[in-house]
Amino acid sequence: MEWEAVIGLEVHVQLTTESKLFSGASTRYGALPNTQACALDLAMPGTLPVLNEAAVAMAIKLGLAIHGQIARTSSFARKNYFYPDLPKGYQISQYDEPVVKEGYLDVALADGIKRIHITRAHLEEDAGKSLHEDIKGMSGIDLNRAGTPLIEIVSEPDIRSADEAVRYLKALHALVRYLGICDGNMQEGSFRCDANVSVRPKGTTTFGTRTETKNVNSFRYVEKAILYEIERQTNLLAEGGTVTQETRLYDPSTNTTRPMRSKESANDYRYFPDPDLLTLRISDAWIDAMKAELPELPAAKQQRFQENYGLSAYDATVLVGSKELADFFEAVVSLSQAPAKLVSNWVTGELAAALNRDNKDIAESPISTNSMAGLLKRIHDQTISGKIAKTVFEAMLAGEGEADTIIQAKGLVQITDIESIAKIVDKVLLENQAQVDAYRAGKTQLFGFFVGQVMKQTQGKANPEQVNALLSERLT
Amino acid sequence: MHDLSLSQLSLELEQGHLSSYELTEHLLKRIAAHDSQLNSMITVTATQALAAAKQADSLRKQNQANALTGIPYIHKDIFCTQDVLTSCGSKILENFISPYDATVTQQLKQAGMVMLGKANMDEFAMGSSNENSHYGPVKNPWQLDYVPGGSSGGSAAAIAAQFAPVATGSDTGGSIRQPAAFTNLTGIKPSYGRVSRYGMVAFASSLDQGGPMARSAEDCAMMLNAMSGHDPLDSTSLPLAPLTIGKADLHQPLKGLRVGLPKEYFTDSLNTEMRDRIEAAAKTLEALGCDIVNISLPHSHLAVSVYYVVAPAEASSNLARYDGVRYGYRCENPVDLQDLYLRSRSEGFGVEVKRRIMVGTFVLSSGYYDAYYLQAQKVRQLIRNDFLDAFKQVDVILSPTTPQPAFKLGERMADPIQMYLADLYTIPANLAGLPALSAPAGFINGLPVGFQLIGKDLEEAKILAVAHQYQQVTNWHLQQPAFNTIV
Repeated sequence: MEWEAVIGLEVHVQLTTESKLFSGASTRYGALPNTQACALDLAMPGTLPVLNEAAVAMAIKLGLAIHGQIARTSSFARKNYFYPDLPKGYQISQYDEPVVKEGYLDVALADGIKRIHITRAHLEEDAGKSLHEDIKGMSGIDLNRAGTPLIEIVSEPDIRSADEAVRYLKALHALVRYLGICDGNMQEGSFRCDANVSVRPKGTTTFGTRTETKNVNSFRYVEKAILYEIERQTNLLAEGGTVTQETRLYDPSTNTTRPMRSKESANDYRYFPDPDLLTLRISDAWIDAMKAELPELPAAKQQRFQENYGLSAYDATVLVGSKELADFFEAVVSLSQAPAKLVSNWVTGELAAALNRDNKDIAESPISTNSMAGLLKRIHDQTISGKIAKTVFEAMLAGEGEADTIIQAKGLVQITDIESIAKIVDKVLLENQAQVDAYRAGKTQLFGFFVGQVMKQTQGKANPEQVNALLSERLT
Repeated sequence: MHDLSLSQLSLELEQGHLSSYELTEHLLKRIAAHDSQLNSMITVTATQALAAAKQADSLRKQNQANALTGIPYIHKDIFCTQDVLTSCGSKILENFISPYDATVTQQLKQAGMVMLGKANMDEFAMGSSNENSHYGPVKNPWQLDYVPGGSSGGSAAAIAAQFAPVATGSDTGGSIRQPAAFTNLTGIKPSYGRVSRYGMVAFASSLDQGGPMARSAEDCAMMLNAMSGHDPLDSTSLPLAPLTIGKADLHQPLKGLRVGLPKEYFTDSLNTEMRDRIEAAAKTLEALGCDIVNISLPHSHLAVSVYYVVAPAEASSNLARYDGVRYGYRCENPVDLQDLYLRSRSEGFGVEVKRRIMVGTFVLSSGYYDAYYLQAQKVRQLIRNDFLDAFKQVDVILSPTTPQPAFKLGERMADPIQMYLADLYTIPANLAGLPALSAPAGFINGLPVGFQLIGKDLEEAKILAVAHQYQQVTNWHLQQPAFNTIV
């Protein structure tokens, strides 16, 4: 039998507000434990929540970006359970009236665009952190994160493979970064994913029993965890077994998932409307104002890159994958006046590789848009060849200065004077008579040898096209 | 000087006949000498009070005083007070020194008032007799073997015993009005959202309102002015400026004012003498120019049931934070997390609080939510609609505050339902969010009783005006307990 996976994702997006969802304490990451928890975050008696307007504004932007319905009225509920890192004994979350409903995200797959529907996106506060390892015989509690605003984005079970799941996540990740509502840092937990996975015989329409794999904190782990779950469930069902509905935890060290707790024994959260908070009302005017603030989003940007710069769909997709990368590309095009395709190749090629090697983000690029444009100008005006440009680029990375400085200092200016090149070509042919004879006798693969010799004699500075043209001419 | 009312003291201070320091010192001595008989105070903040009084006197010298500057008051222990124990009458907060002030605490500080200390109360404001306090029951100065009412029983007993001219209270189902009635005081529960709840330890968030208790309606008005106003720290606080109820408001003409008597409040279960007192009050109001109108509030009989679903539900969640983890009482040597929670809460909470947490947890549970909590919320709306309908015919509603006068200490402790029924007439105003006050209406067997006035949304000034003008032609509110003549 052929099996089909049915996957829905719940993504927790930590918002980049200055302060928490219901208190004035800072949300900055990495502060000393419990230095960013105010009386409300500590659930001191008598404290009351006041909703952070900035978080709502971000929810509206997200709702608009995913083509969702922005609820004109929504509400907050209390999810009651006891845990030491949940100071109030309840989490304030949106339960039956979320702020955003029924949106979608178009995701580029190998064989076209797929629309993944989004059931809802709601605001909620994060819990603190329990630290079980650091203090001998005790557990530590850090409430810095308690009350940090999150948007939980729940997809429909539209996803059919681990690859689709990752592509959806990456698209969502790019989107929230474009919107400026999340820093997207997965290691720090700013973008977390729970994966609901079930399998069913292909062709059937009812859902199988699902498991929920919690808090998978990288794209790679999401892919592996889902692949593992699909295989595990498929094997179980194929052998006539049944899948237990449960929450599972992914272990990257073994690349497996294991049960965390079963839903049957799960808490009764006793949701009820939070009487400390009023109904959240969002006016049309507010929505319009947020609409006006929306940046160009990835899909529109990709379209524009293809149309205005003549880039391929592939190149455009890679560039718009991060707003910073797309911005970098456009700045370099504009500063250098070099062809967009050339800039795209350099930005997604050499520069991306260099950043990747040093595990850096485009925002941390050691080469500024100005410097990069300086290099591309020289390639474009043929001062240097593409090959020499790589040497210059490495020198720039090493901090040796701007492209022009390096080209001057190292005497790397390309030889484009046809007379000078012709002299060297003739010299090379004269010194290698045997190879010339062999070439003329039909061993045409020796062409590259002659090019190499010319380049060697000019320290790579000869214009490659001119060298090729001259050699072809002389050797016929 | 302890027998003077707030408005009288204000005048004395203004005219320089008296300093706040003298007054404060005198009242502190009075508390020290006599509170052992009443147990109305949990904490007396003598040093801070004298310092505040000194400061108030110097403000007055600099002509920076208002009517409340230098006036001593007693603060219900439900309001957070920075650096002072805020126990809420509970063992679980017996070591809780608040790191911050409630908004009301701040407002009264700003006005220059002098806090003498924190008043005893039913634990987490759950009770109608002040017998549910970790700090022991409070006695009623009118008869020491009777309860002063609850949950603001300490505030009530202290003011009745002239330890201070005014006190704060909080009212979730009658906790200001019922003890005011039991101790011959005037007390007002404002419209929901009129007084900030920030820093007032939560019992049932959608019902809780802070308010003043004093020896006259006029004094209540002066206090309420200072306690009211929008607070950005409380999302349910109404976006309105502080009240400025003055003499002109209190003397607004009552001619033609329609006073409704709800027939559902005057059934056979009402003590006949109580009925007589309220009818007498109605007669007095009639003499003042009011028109008495019979009205109906058809869902009244459901109020207590609704209340005992909604209030415990909210309380069960509000009290989850007392877990022994961050502050407050923690059991000794917990073996694990479960044990820490179980024993800290079992040992830290009293019987009535635990009863309500259990009821509240039950009514919110999966499978029962719709039948109890959701249903109760629907009926709550019907009760509010009753009032809105009635207010098409009348301007204020008059009723008894309680079905009977104060009962004996211990008398109802074994029967929670009987205890709950003490709030039969006060609960509806909380459910509907309406302003309501209790004012002295006379005596039954030497024990004071009160009448209740319920007003339209935000019409505190109107019900205070009715009570004030009633107090201009009656002297019930001037009667003092024998306790005050002996001591």
